[in-house]
Amino acid sequence: MEHLSWNRRIYDRGLRALLYLCAGITVALLVFMIGYVFYRGLGGITWEFLTTQRSLIKGTDGILPNILNTLYIIFLSMIIVLPLGVGAAIYLTEYATNHKLLSIIEFATETLTGIPSIIFGLVGMLFFQQIMGLKYGILGGGLTLVIMILPTIVRTTQESLKTVPQSYREGALGLGAGKWRMVRTVVLPNAVDGIVTGCILAVGRIVGESAALLFTAGMGGVLHNFADALTTSSGTLSVALYVAVNERGDVQTALAIAAVLMVITLLINLLAMVAGSRLKNK
Amino acid sequence: MNAILKTEHLNLWYGQNHALKDINLEMPQNQVTALIGPSGCGKSTFLKTLDRMNDLVPSVRIEGKVMYRDQNIFDPQVDVTWLRRHVGMVFQKPNPFPMSIYDNIAYGPRTHGIRGKKQLDEIVEKSLQGAAIWDEVKDRLKKSALSLSGGQQQRICIARAMAVEPDVLLMDEATSALDPISTSKIEDLIAELKKTYTIVIVTHNMQQATRVSDRCAFFLHGELVEADDTEKLFSVPKDKRTEDYITGRFG
Repeated sequence: MEHLSWNRRIYDRGLRALLYLCAGITVALLVFMIGYVFYRGLGGITWEFLTTQRSLIKGTDGILPNILNTLYIIFLSMIIVLPLGVGAAIYLTEYATNHKLLSIIEFATETLTGIPSIIFGLVGMLFFQQIMGLKYGILGGGLTLVIMILPTIVRTTQESLKTVPQSYREGALGLGAGKWRMVRTVVLPNAVDGIVTGCILAVGRIVGESAALLFTAGMGGVLHNFADALTTSSGTLSVALYVAVNERGDVQTALAIAAVLMVITLLINLLAMVAGSRLKNK
Repeated sequence: MNAILKTEHLNLWYGQNHALKDINLEMPQNQVTALIGPSGCGKSTFLKTLDRMNDLVPSVRIEGKVMYRDQNIFDPQVDVTWLRRHVGMVFQKPNPFPMSIYDNIAYGPRTHGIRGKKQLDEIVEKSLQGAAIWDEVKDRLKKSALSLSGGQQQRICIARAMAVEPDVLLMDEATSALDPISTSKIEDLIAELKKTYTIVIVTHNMQQATRVSDRCAFFLHGELVEADDTEKLFSVPKDKRTEDYITGRFG
């Protein structure tokens, strides 16, 4: 008995050490990655860098247009994809009754979330530019991203709708509530967390996207307002990062852009979480 | 005997499974009708049919009639929300919404268009008093209903059902998830409620059926074996199967 329990203790300790190690390596890699980007990149961030555009005549090298383009494209994509995706998810989870068709659709959306973004870029370019006649710009890029992140929003919303207990639905219907009132007052408020998570994932994909946008939004770095940027070649930060490294070999600028990107992502995620908890408490 | 709810040749199938077989049962006004029988006998299915909660189940098929105040509830022109407003349901597990106690009770009235704060305040107080829980929660109406104990939550659910002023209250084993003290509180409440409502309960517990019900219906394998005054059914059952069940020979 003594022997066995001693053996077990070693086994238990060993396993625990291994798990600690896994967690430790994960955290260390993340910290290293973030630390490295900030360490090398923050030095390159100056007021001028953030508030001007690149101009050989004035001799400035700034990324303001790219920051704005990134915000434009997030705004445009999310404002289209959120109602569309949440609406589709509500229909699929709460209204649709054909379970065979439903599982096919769910499988299809799941598959779509895993398709490489460059394929969306290619199809987006061919469809929006050659067939619809759009120019390079935020509109073509944004619409392409809508198609790309729609499956993510639909899936995460569906999953969170499914976690709402059936007893809530029965309770609401049992009191004579119609289906839509049940969804609006009992189901959606309890699914907000999952929808916010979906939005954070989606924003992450938009901010990090370069391949699909090179083909559809372009890589322009000239300052435009939202309306003009819709149909003018407009590079986002990720695209600008790619251009800086690939076409100018300017690693210093690329690292500064990377640092800005990480801060923006962080801010948007915080915003989404605050908005989510507000919605939930309402 | 004035039957407010009445079924006529009610048959129900889940896919191929014939779950209710030709049920004819009358549920008289201001009385408690208890549905008893072993698990899987169809008593819960029967109860859910009375306010069409079975509509949610795919592949369900129903024949026959359920008459609520001389209106067949399966008539295409009957609005389900109208029916459920008049035939309320209390579920087996307490299922308050994750909202404040006040909002839980006000949910039904708001659903049916009552918006005035004063009117809602009155309904909330009246319903909570009716469900014998007003004194326990009156100081914390804004607190989440989920913070209450199971027995309190179930009385909140009863109050919530009462707030839409139904005619009939259906209770699906409403005490089976509760401790004995909460159970006896709810049993006392049922005795009080039948002055205003017609009540139909499903119960596994035969003592409970004898304590709270006026009429009793015994279900077995989807059939209604026997229905009678509770006292008669438990003292001189007509059918051998009823006798076997109530004396504990099976089930």
